[in-house]
Amino acid sequence: MNRFAALLDRLAYEPRRNAKIRLMADYFRETEDPERGYALAAITGALTFRHAKPNVIRTLIEERTDPYLFDLSRDFVGDTAETIALMWPAERGSNYVPALGEIILGLQETSKLDLPGQIARWLDALDETGRWALLKLITGALRIGASARLAKTAVASLGENIQPDDVELVWHGLEPPYETLFAWVEGRGPRPETENPAPFRPPMLATAIEDTANWREALDPADFTAEWKWDGIRVQAASGRDPEGTLSARLYSRTGEDVSGAFPDLLGAIDFEGAIDGELLILKEGRVQSFNVLQQRLNRKAITPKLMADYPAHIRAYDLLVEGEEDLRGLPFAERRIRLENFIRRLGNPRIDLSPQVKFADWNELTAARADPATGGAGVDADAVEGLMLKRKDAPYVPGRPKGLWFKWKRDPFNVDAVLMYAQRGSGKRSSFYSDYTFGVWRSGDEGEELVPVGKAYFGFTDEELAELDRFVRKNTINRFGPVREVTHEPDTGLVLEVAFEGLNRSTRHRSGVAMRFPRISRIRWDKPPKEADRIEHLEALLREAG
Amino acid sequence: MITHGHSDHARAGHGAVMATPETLRIMALRYGEDFARSVQPVEYGEIVKLKGGVQASFHPAGHVLGSAQILLEWKGFRAVISGDYKRERDPTCAPFTVIPCDLFITEATFGLPVFRHPPARDEIAKLVDSAELFPERAHLVGAYSLGKAQRLMALLREAGWQRPIYMHGAMVRISEFYKAEGVPLGDIRPVVLDERKKLGGEIVICPPSALQELWSRKFPDPVSAMASGWMRVRARARQNGAELPLVISDHADWDDLGRTILDTGAQEIWVTHGAEEALVHWCETQGLKAKPLHLLGYGDEEAEELAKPPEPSEAAPI
Repeated sequence: MNRFAALLDRLAYEPRRNAKIRLMADYFRETEDPERGYALAAITGALTFRHAKPNVIRTLIEERTDPYLFDLSRDFVGDTAETIALMWPAERGSNYVPALGEIILGLQETSKLDLPGQIARWLDALDETGRWALLKLITGALRIGASARLAKTAVASLGENIQPDDVELVWHGLEPPYETLFAWVEGRGPRPETENPAPFRPPMLATAIEDTANWREALDPADFTAEWKWDGIRVQAASGRDPEGTLSARLYSRTGEDVSGAFPDLLGAIDFEGAIDGELLILKEGRVQSFNVLQQRLNRKAITPKLMADYPAHIRAYDLLVEGEEDLRGLPFAERRIRLENFIRRLGNPRIDLSPQVKFADWNELTAARADPATGGAGVDADAVEGLMLKRKDAPYVPGRPKGLWFKWKRDPFNVDAVLMYAQRGSGKRSSFYSDYTFGVWRSGDEGEELVPVGKAYFGFTDEELAELDRFVRKNTINRFGPVREVTHEPDTGLVLEVAFEGLNRSTRHRSGVAMRFPRISRIRWDKPPKEADRIEHLEALLREAG
Repeated sequence: MITHGHSDHARAGHGAVMATPETLRIMALRYGEDFARSVQPVEYGEIVKLKGGVQASFHPAGHVLGSAQILLEWKGFRAVISGDYKRERDPTCAPFTVIPCDLFITEATFGLPVFRHPPARDEIAKLVDSAELFPERAHLVGAYSLGKAQRLMALLREAGWQRPIYMHGAMVRISEFYKAEGVPLGDIRPVVLDERKKLGGEIVICPPSALQELWSRKFPDPVSAMASGWMRVRARARQNGAELPLVISDHADWDDLGRTILDTGAQEIWVTHGAEEALVHWCETQGLKAKPLHLLGYGDEEAEELAKPPEPSEAAPI
């Protein structure tokens, strides 16, 4: 357990993706089965414990510590689980350290009655970091910034010529502690036979069209088809028959997370044999709802009949990956599209419909459709259009983000000229740079014109611009709060940033009452005095337009 | 009477200063030879008779080189001022000795029960493991310049680290002083600014504030480590941008504060310099008379160094 705890500890502080992969790979290499498999399960979130809940732990600590000292400590530490891990009165001389596997099996199998005593014995035997890791495991919130995908990438790196997507393909048939998986990547065993009748297939992703130089000249419109890019969640609906012939359906997110449990209403509609790639949307009275509405369903933990009735989930199909038992991914997109159209028609299920194609003869026509999706074919659903997807007619379905086959062409984002107010140091490679910027717009306050913060952005600029911004921050600091610097922001002195964003929500958490989606710095307006930056009324007008 | 050379305990401009010879030399190094009008060196254990029948003596506190607790005796009543102290072994200074007394005035920098320092050698092992796992990255360790930096160097040597240890310009003089005082630190070298790019896989010790300065940027993909008792608490470690927090402290942890109070046999405890409330509360649960002593002091040098950028005079060259 201590080795696993040390890994979690390192991962929690390490900001770099590649370093995280190496830390995990190093752990998997040095640790034996089945211990490493249980670690993989913990990191990928493949574990649930029925009886082990935070209140069990709270009761334990209350029996063991002085409440006054606990409160003082909790206030200082700011996290209950961490406070307990640090304050737990360790048994001096306890030298038996439980293995991670033993803890996980214990958490799964110990009865509700015996569990508190068992957890206490483990806490006695572990050190501070070990206790912290155990409590994080129990409360189900590792929060170490390592996704399931990253862990699988680390597993793949143990082998030769094994890609993360190869691990993904066999993953869903496997159970902790994944001994057959490790045997395979280390060249000691055969590729695990996936027993999952409805496996996840790694999705094909698009590149931004703006990244292709002179794309209007370089690309021939005749080679492409276009369709709307919907503002929902990309999903994969897969279903297949197990050896007994029973149909089993799954709904996956684009990272391969099984989200079936959150969408029982949709799962019932996946009553076919095959795999559809599509967008999950909320449809009410035939109209696609905005992402905000979808968010309201996603935020709920309990999936009640009322929630499903108020926010009915649909799939808008983009692609057909498997039909029956036939894998279509090698076929050109144009052929897959015809198969998809027929498939959806035969299915006849109102919960699954076809993503319509956008007709165009040349790039100008497509530009017009993108500028005004409502008249370009999207009709009443235009608000849910995020942009266009361009797909080569002859492209097979290639997992990952292959170049030159699929392009996304997003709608022009919203813009606001805002004033830089605060800057915070970044992390990782940027830890010596002030790279996170809080910006504000003008409004009338009690004492005249004032700036109110409306958002925070930490990308959109080049490395060179970052260096210039960092220099500006260091030279114009008026206040310091730990890692944050307040930067001069007067009507005539300060810096204006042109911020691009995808949308605007009302927010009670922000002083300004608005929250931006996906804000980034699109231009640095060295030329513009702060007094010419936008006012809050500009954002409020955008909010009204969006309804 | 000065317990040790940290700037929150020792400043220039006094009329007469009594301290251990090492502390006086450290003060001269930091503030110049004329830091006080007159100085009186006192060896550990030597008894000095003061006016009014008071006897004073200095005893090792185990905090940094030259650090002392001060015992004052008058008509059989014994009071000990702990200064800063720790009980954990430290190869760079004399070990703490328990001085039985009636009144014990203790520091409480880490006076909360969440602070239990792990063995320093385990923390050093984390650093060495990381340097071996990422041999292309420079490992920058933030540590305060007097005491902590040299203790890290000595601990690294004990852990078998044989490569040169690099140090920031701000700690060269004090580290050379430690060597001259007979503390074995091995091959320690100042960072040559133009050679920062070449220090992949090396361990570089610098003031905590330097980790956020432009100075740190030129190292190859640096790992920001930080050695401090505050690293025990994740929010504190994150706030300081530590990617590899090392819980290494030159102060007593919670358990050692309590143990030391009981060891002295003192019936009255005055608590200062940190989280007084919690330790006073604990003393009361032990049946001891205790009160917080809210000194108008200078604050904690280490905490100051963590929170603030360096003074302009100590700022790192770019």
